[in-house]
Order: sequence, then structure tokens, then C-alpha cells
Amino acid sequence: MSNNLLELSGVHTHIGAYHILHGVDLAVPRGQLTMLLGRNGAGKTTTLRTIMGLWQASQGSVRFNDNDITKLNTPQIAGMNIAYVPEAMGIFSDLTVKENMLLAARGARTASQMDDARLKWIFGLFPAVEKFWNHPAGKLSGGQKQMLAVSRAIVEPRELLIIDEPSKGLAPAIINNMIDAFAQLKASGVTILLVEQNFNFAKRLGDTVAVMDNGVVVHAGGMKELAEDEALQTSLLGLAL
Amino acid sequence: MKNLDFDWKPLALVPVLSLLALPLIGSGSTWLTLTVAGLAMGMIIFIIASGLTLVFGLMDVLNFGHGVFIALGAYVATSVLAGMGDWTSSAELWRNLVALALAMTVGMMVAGAVGVAFERVIVRPVYGQHLKQILITMGGMIIGEELIKVIWGPQQIALPMPEALRGSLLLGDASIERYRVVAVLVGVAVFAILAWTLSRTKIGLLIRAGVQDREMVESLGYRIRRLFVGVFVVGSALAGLGGVMWGLYQQSVTPQMGAQVNILIFIVIIIGGLGSTGGALIGALLVGLMANYTGFLAPKVALFSNIALMVAVLLWRPQGVYPVTNR
Repeated sequence: MSNNLLELSGVHTHIGAYHILHGVDLAVPRGQLTMLLGRNGAGKTTTLRTIMGLWQASQGSVRFNDNDITKLNTPQIAGMNIAYVPEAMGIFSDLTVKENMLLAARGARTASQMDDARLKWIFGLFPAVEKFWNHPAGKLSGGQKQMLAVSRAIVEPRELLIIDEPSKGLAPAIINNMIDAFAQLKASGVTILLVEQNFNFAKRLGDTVAVMDNGVVVHAGGMKELAEDEALQTSLLGLAL
Repeated sequence: MKNLDFDWKPLALVPVLSLLALPLIGSGSTWLTLTVAGLAMGMIIFIIASGLTLVFGLMDVLNFGHGVFIALGAYVATSVLAGMGDWTSSAELWRNLVALALAMTVGMMVAGAVGVAFERVIVRPVYGQHLKQILITMGGMIIGEELIKVIWGPQQIALPMPEALRGSLLLGDASIERYRVVAVLVGVAVFAILAWTLSRTKIGLLIRAGVQDREMVESLGYRIRRLFVGVFVVGSALAGLGGVMWGLYQQSVTPQMGAQVNILIFIVIIIGGLGSTGGALIGALLVGLMANYTGFLAPKVALFSNIALMVAVLLWRPQGVYPVTNR
């Protein structure tokens, strides 16, 4: 069994006439939190969508748990115990918070069949989910929607969580809640791949990091090394922290 | 934040339209007769439109061939009821209702079965291509109409009402046709079943979620195409049921009846908000009432009245009375 739960090798993705990914190589080690960083338009979201089969790779391979998933469709990929939170969160606004959670709990047909202990754990991480349980999700604030999106991804145990910019537009207090939540998830052994623009958020959580630019991974390694090397940050991310 | 924020304004349109018509009609008994007729017509249109609006909502498919299932259901009913002459001519209500229920069931089954083939052969190759969808589904309807002519002949066929459902009930001075009461009851039953399925079952939850964001439903691990085929078949079967009821309402069937009703159906789902079942109910009731009131008050503008109604609603709510969020 490989040390890496997820591996991308030479992945190219075209969207219509546009060639977005130009041979992405990415490894996500088991049980670790990998940060995918990069400037706007670097190809991070496209990489996540390609992993999930929402856009098909035109070349290269995506392997999960040593299985080739490049040609599988999205429901098949999600069915392999992978949860995905898109940048837009994918909240069903006309459904209640409870109904959003029930949809993600594939093993439950009714709310009463959801795992109580797990729900309590989620309510502890994100009290707003419990508070607004019977409210339409469309009425939640941006931060509450983000909490719901992450809660939905973890309502059942998953091997891999793929989350696109969880801190986007959130208040600092909510970002701290998120960091606590991801730290707990990491401690439970879940493998996480996070796309992030907020480097302060990223360096507090990440074990490993990959930096993308122009549709390729231009740097991969430990987060600690990148966090300590300001010159490297500046050259890769345009940051001067 | 309120627990449930329900938008009551569109629901109020139905009584508002009815009450506005009352002084124009003048006679209370005539108004009651027309209102019940309008509600009955609206319920039949709702039965037909409910499947179509979900098909559009789930997969963005513009099925202009929906009318063929209406005609098919009606023609199947002519054959079933013709073979049950003893039952339909009986004065016993229960025998009439059994015959009617059988005609509806067979009509739904045949329309549903044809719906499977229609989705597989005609709709599936054109997912995501609206112009092709319009052309090919209209072509499918033309082929369907021609096949109906081959099987049943091109001429109009009478679809007589079962004996005990003929005639009217008198409510004061108002005369209310018995069949219209049956149509309202069947419509209410269909709405109740749909509403229960959509709000209380996981399948219903998936349909509602899929109408809003099908990509996310797939990302949660559900195969939305299977769900779509199921909805398409149920929608076709409901159109078949609506066709049986429409045929009995008109007491005759023609191969083109589906195409004629199609116009009303599209007005209804646009008024309701594409993909919204509740909106389709409101739209159907408004269209049914408007058609009956204007048919009585100003027959020359009756055809135009529903288009005027649609324009008025869209000026108020450009995405229909109950727009589906995220669309």
C-alpha cells in the first residue's frame, strides 16, 4: 500500500478550448493535511474538480487508494469515501440545514438514522449547525453556510476530505473555529486536501504543501519549511509576510 | 429568523383572481360554476405539468414532446373504456369508478413505458443542448402523433363519460358537473402524493436538491441520471393520467390534443417558476380559472388571456411565482 492516499501524475485538463492543467503531479500522504496553494488562476480549483471527475482529465492519471479513478464519474468517486466541498459551498438553499445534512449521510434514509454521536461532535465543532437545524439553509450567513458545508462533508466518516477555500470571506473568529475543526479531523486520522489563499490559515494547519502556478505544481514539500522561508514564499506566492 | 418563511403572496393570487371575477360575472351561481370548472381544469393541467417542471428542473431538459404522453394516455383510455362498456354504462357509481381507475392505470403504465424509450432514444443524446432538445423532442411528438394515427386512426374519437359521472350536482342555483368534482379530487390526491414524496422521503429530497444543484448532488455520491430517468418516467405517466382526464373533460380525443395542451403546460411552468412543483400548482389553477372566466366574459380574448396572465406574473416575478434558488 502506497504512503500516498491520492496521487496525480501528469494530469492535463481542458475546459472547452482552454488548456488549464499542464501536467499536474501531486501527492497527498495518508493521514496528513496537504495544502494546495497558488495565485488566482493557478489551477487549484480545476485540480480539485478533476480529482472529483467534475471535469475529465484529458491526459495523465489520478489514483486513490492505489486505484485508478481517472475515468470514473463523480458519484463513483464520491462513493469511494471522498467528500468534496466546492468553493461556492454547494449548499442547497431551499432545503433546511437538517435536510442538507441528511443528503450527505448516504447511509441514512431519515434524520433519526443519522449517527447521533457524530452529530453531537459536529454540533460541538459548529454550534450554528445545531442552532439552525430546522431553518432553510439559504437564510444562513456566509460563515454559517461554510460551517454547514464542512459539517456536511464530515457527517459520515470519510477517508479523504477535499475542501476548496474554507476560510474565504470568513471572520477571524470563525476561521479559528475552522482551524480547531480541521485539527480535530486531522487528529482522527482523516486525510485532508485543502485549497487555500490565506497563508496564515494554511501554515497553522498544513503538514505538507504543494504550490501551483500556470497549471502545474511548482513546489512540493513540508509546510514547515515553506513557512520558515520567506524568500521562497515571496517567489512562489508573491507574499511578503 | 423565522423557523419557516413561507411566501404566501403567490398562493393568494388564486382567491384574488376568483374574487376579482365575481363582480364582473355578476351572478354568484354562475361564478361558482365557473370557479369549480376552472379549478378542475387547473388540477388536470397541474397533473400534466408537474412532471414536466421537474424534468426541466432536474436536468435542464426542454421536453416539447410531453404532449405525446397526454394524447397516448387519452387514446389508451378510449380502448380500455370501450372494452368495459358494461361497467361504464352501469348506473352504479362504484362500477364507473373501477372502470375509470383501470383506464387511468393502464394509461399511466403505457405512457410511462413509452417515456422510458423516449428518454433513452430521444432525450439522452441531447443533454445540455437546448436547441437540439427543442427540435428533437418536437420531432418525437410528431412521430408519436403519427403512430397514434396508425394505431387508432386519424379521426376524432369520442370518449364518453361513465354513466354515473354524467350530469351535475346542484348547489343552490349553481350547477357543478360531477366529473369536475372527481377531477379536483384526483388532482388534490396527486398533489398530496407528490408533496409528501418531495418533502418526506429521501428520493424527494434528492429531487429537490437536484433541481437546485445537480453537480453537488453528484458530488455527494448520488447518480442523478438514474434519478432523472425515474422522474421522466413518472412525469410521462402523470401526463398519461392527465391525458385520460383531459380526454374525459373534452369527451373526445384527437392525435393533436397533446400539442394543444402543451401550450398551456408551458405557460403554467413558466408562471410557476421552472422546476417548482408548488409553483406549477398555482400556475395551473390560475390558468384554469382565467380560461373559464374569460371564456364566459369575453370569448374572443380567451386564447390570449393566459398569455396576458403569464406576462403579468413575469412582470411581477420575472422567474415565476416560486423561483427555484440556485438556478
